Amino acid sequence: MEPLGLYIHIPFCVRKCKYCDFLSAPADEETMRAYTRALTREIRQRARQMRGELFQKYPVDTIFFGGGTPTALPADCLSSILNTAYEGFDVLPDAEITCEMNPGTFVEDAACRSEEEGRRKAKRSDLDQELLHFLTQSVNRVSIGLQSVHDRELSTLGRIHSFQDFQACFAALRRFGAKNISVDLMFGLPGQTPAGWEESLRTVAELSPEHISAYGLILEESTPFFSMEERGVFTGELSLPDEETERQMYRAAGRILSDYGFRRYEISNYAKPGFESRHNGRYWQRRPYLGFGLGAASFFDHRRWRNTRSLETYLSVLEEEPCRSFGQAGNSERQTVRKTSFEDKKATQRKKDLEKEPLSVEALEREAERLSEKAEMEEFMFLGLRMDRGISETAFARAFGKPITAVYGEVLSRLEAGGLLRPRKEDNTGCWSLTDRGLDISNRVLAEFLLT
Amino acid sequence: MDRSKIRNFCIIAHIDHGKSTLADRIIQMTGLLTEREMQEQVLDNMDLERERGITIKAQTVRTVYKADDGEEYIFNLIDTPGHVDFNYEVSRSLAACDGAVLVVDATQGVEAQTMGNVYLALDHNLEIISVINKVDLPSARPEEVAQEIEEVIGIEALDAPRISAKTGLNVRAVLEDIVHKLPAPAGSPDEPLKALIFDSLYDSYRGVIVFCRVMDGAMKKGTRVRMMATGAEFDVVEVGYFGPGRFIPCEELTAGEVGYMTASIKEIRDSRVGDTITEAARPCAEALPGYKEPQSMVYCGIYPADSQRYPDLRDALEKLQLNDAALQYEPENSLALGFGFRCGFLGLLHLDVITQRLEREYDLDLITTAPSVIYKIHKTDGTVIDLTNPSNLPDPAEIEYMEEPYVRASVMVTTEYIGAIMTLCQERRGIYEGTDYIEASRAVLTYRMPLNEIIYDFFDALKSRSRGYASFDYEPIGYERSELVKLDILVNHEAVDALSFIVFAPSAYERGSKMCEKLKKEIPRQLFDIPIQAAIGSKIIARETVRQLRKDVLAKCYGGDISRKRKLLEKQKEGKKKMRQIGNVEVPKDAFLNVLKLGEED
Repeated sequence: MEPLGLYIHIPFCVRKCKYCDFLSAPADEETMRAYTRALTREIRQRARQMRGELFQKYPVDTIFFGGGTPTALPADCLSSILNTAYEGFDVLPDAEITCEMNPGTFVEDAACRSEEEGRRKAKRSDLDQELLHFLTQSVNRVSIGLQSVHDRELSTLGRIHSFQDFQACFAALRRFGAKNISVDLMFGLPGQTPAGWEESLRTVAELSPEHISAYGLILEESTPFFSMEERGVFTGELSLPDEETERQMYRAAGRILSDYGFRRYEISNYAKPGFESRHNGRYWQRRPYLGFGLGAASFFDHRRWRNTRSLETYLSVLEEEPCRSFGQAGNSERQTVRKTSFEDKKATQRKKDLEKEPLSVEALEREAERLSEKAEMEEFMFLGLRMDRGISETAFARAFGKPITAVYGEVLSRLEAGGLLRPRKEDNTGCWSLTDRGLDISNRVLAEFLLT
Repeated sequence: MDRSKIRNFCIIAHIDHGKSTLADRIIQMTGLLTEREMQEQVLDNMDLERERGITIKAQTVRTVYKADDGEEYIFNLIDTPGHVDFNYEVSRSLAACDGAVLVVDATQGVEAQTMGNVYLALDHNLEIISVINKVDLPSARPEEVAQEIEEVIGIEALDAPRISAKTGLNVRAVLEDIVHKLPAPAGSPDEPLKALIFDSLYDSYRGVIVFCRVMDGAMKKGTRVRMMATGAEFDVVEVGYFGPGRFIPCEELTAGEVGYMTASIKEIRDSRVGDTITEAARPCAEALPGYKEPQSMVYCGIYPADSQRYPDLRDALEKLQLNDAALQYEPENSLALGFGFRCGFLGLLHLDVITQRLEREYDLDLITTAPSVIYKIHKTDGTVIDLTNPSNLPDPAEIEYMEEPYVRASVMVTTEYIGAIMTLCQERRGIYEGTDYIEASRAVLTYRMPLNEIIYDFFDALKSRSRGYASFDYEPIGYERSELVKLDILVNHEAVDALSFIVFAPSAYERGSKMCEKLKKEIPRQLFDIPIQAAIGSKIIARETVRQLRKDVLAKCYGGDISRKRKLLEKQKEGKKKMRQIGNVEVPKDAFLNVLKLGEED
């Protein structure tokens, strides 16, 4: 049995960042605890369903707590979720277990920017020991959302922490034994200069984390940033870097990080040798994973689906009282995660149905789809090519029983001729990967592999 | 029928001086029309004409007027198109008349087309009476205008009725003038049949309905007639008069009368405007003078925006041609635009009317290429070809020289704008021929100009440089040798045939640069730099570059939500489908249309 990855979504945060369009919103502790109970129930049910004929547990080799902000959740909740995963699945001894975190959810003595935040932090500081224990003992990889070393940029982004908060957090993790830390950075920010970006890169690289993700900012519709851009806020000191500068920043990341021993292995990800994220890697390599929690996506046995995005539905299907406070706690500017009435009605109906039969996690599934061979080939290409090592002709032939050239011969040679793809002759393995130019316009290149 | 009680006449006027309004009023004040039947403008029954305020297709009406002398008179009011594009049709309509009512706007006075129309009417020996219209407007200056008509045109106008066609004021005086001042028709009913075709209409039940003026003889049901120019023969099925808005059958049409005949004629080209109808068994000695084949002056390619609709476009053109013998078309094929038609028109207005009718009545989305005149290419082997499509220009090595059509343009303008208009005409390669002062403050400037220079935007330029005070008329005067080159527009080194055009050599650089600039704005950035060039032969004279796309990256990983990523890529691919492939370049389907449309603006 090919081991699984488990993705566990925590849709909570202290405050929504201005660029963020992830499924996440502030919530009160009651909601978080209800969510945790529902989530553990979901994991148990799915685990039971996944057991083999001899009731053996399904092997798991990566677990990933993502968000939102997983560390917005009380540490005991995180522990109980992870314990549930251990109970339901055969988590292999060398499994990679990652938890994302926000430095602002962690710090004891950072300057508090508001009374309210101060109160929350004071309350949380008692729990920090427990959280620290979870991050350094229960999981073996921590991914910190830093984004920038410049406080001005952090405040533009709507982050809840300063660079100093991050430093304290990073030091504490190391002090308590964290051996695999990843740091997220962003470029292409309003008002960011190439020099400022390079400073962020070097400052973080100097700290020597094992992994760095460097994402280019995308103005997603339905985010405050998107409407700020439309209103013309991003001018003058807050100008967005032009495309050329943005690409320059991208190339600077590769150059500078390689000076510090990081190698790019995916469009936005850099790691010291051996520290590539195994969990994210499975997305690109189409290895199976189950997603738990609100909106979480799964891929298993040629099927893809995701969970409902309505918290109310999610809780009620999993026999929790729907909570009202989600998306209203904290000083959230707006609320993105909210029920859709259509899904609600469907859920109510399902719940009625379910009362007659054993409860099933399938009631959570949305947009379920059995992948055609064509769809799988497309995915193989447009996911695989995100990785630096690219896609392998042998792997394609093994997966689909025909040579890659029979399907994509024309596209491959056209893109190669256009300088967007290159065969990795040096490996002598029949691999293809994006050229630098291909990376710059990867969407255009990857769209070429859609077959209809 | 007592010929002395018939008056065959037309109304002539500069555009907007009130021709159609007067016609409506005459119809209303004479017999055979109730209030209810009265449309706003009875003569202009096509929507398009009403919107544009001009009459495109001549139509005609017969009414009965009971005059002050107690007698009933038959009025055949023959409508004439009001635009120079339709000069030939106008001349045939005039040939069907014995007199003309000249309408002059009491504020505007004599204008370019007033004179053009008067001269045409005089050419046909028509008796002309004048009428001064719109005297109810505060700006009216009827006495001055009457003076002007006498001085400038040389026809009697001091007693001309001062009317308001709009309110009906004094229109009765016009009717009396028609009775007493315009002649009755001549001709003899005993001579062999001789009738002039001055218009026709295609009806899907009856075939072609031929509008004619009987000069001599008579025509009735069963008469076997021959069209003298085409030689086609038919048996007359029906003859009749033009009631307002409908056809009224009658026993026969005799000398001096105006009416229609049907004879199960399938194609409009068998009954051409200007042709003479005679009796097959007893033909007249010679045909009426003045018949001409319809002559296209302006050509352009017309393509369906959606190539699937090519058959629809073909059907629509076929139907329009049934009613419009002047419309010519033949299939052509463009690399850039696919299958379409090269169409010939009498002029730009005609082109405009046809394309609008295609779009409105047949619901077609069209791409029209830049309009072009007909060039005469004299080849080194002594042959001459008429070039209607720039793409077909022979190799320059085979060309001895080229000629382009010229017109004589008359611009009437108040003296303060003479300088501006002269500059404009010179810019358009006009050769000055003279200035005639109509009065102290107004003059007619005459220029010889290439037709090509006025088919784009001359009207608009004239209007804007004279603040609307200039009026304009022109007539073709034949071909002149000219220094012409073909300008090609290349996208990524490939010529886009639909954008090629013939241009006066010294203007090539400017026109080429403009085209490149415009096209650059229409083409989205792609994976590589796209040069947009203007070239004469192999020589590049202007260049723009659509810079390559620098960045299109999806940075984030959405927690394994691959469907979301797929949707994004699919959207991208969908956008690509809206493009037309020109070589390696994806060009939005409406890019050429936009560039060609813009060509009329600058």
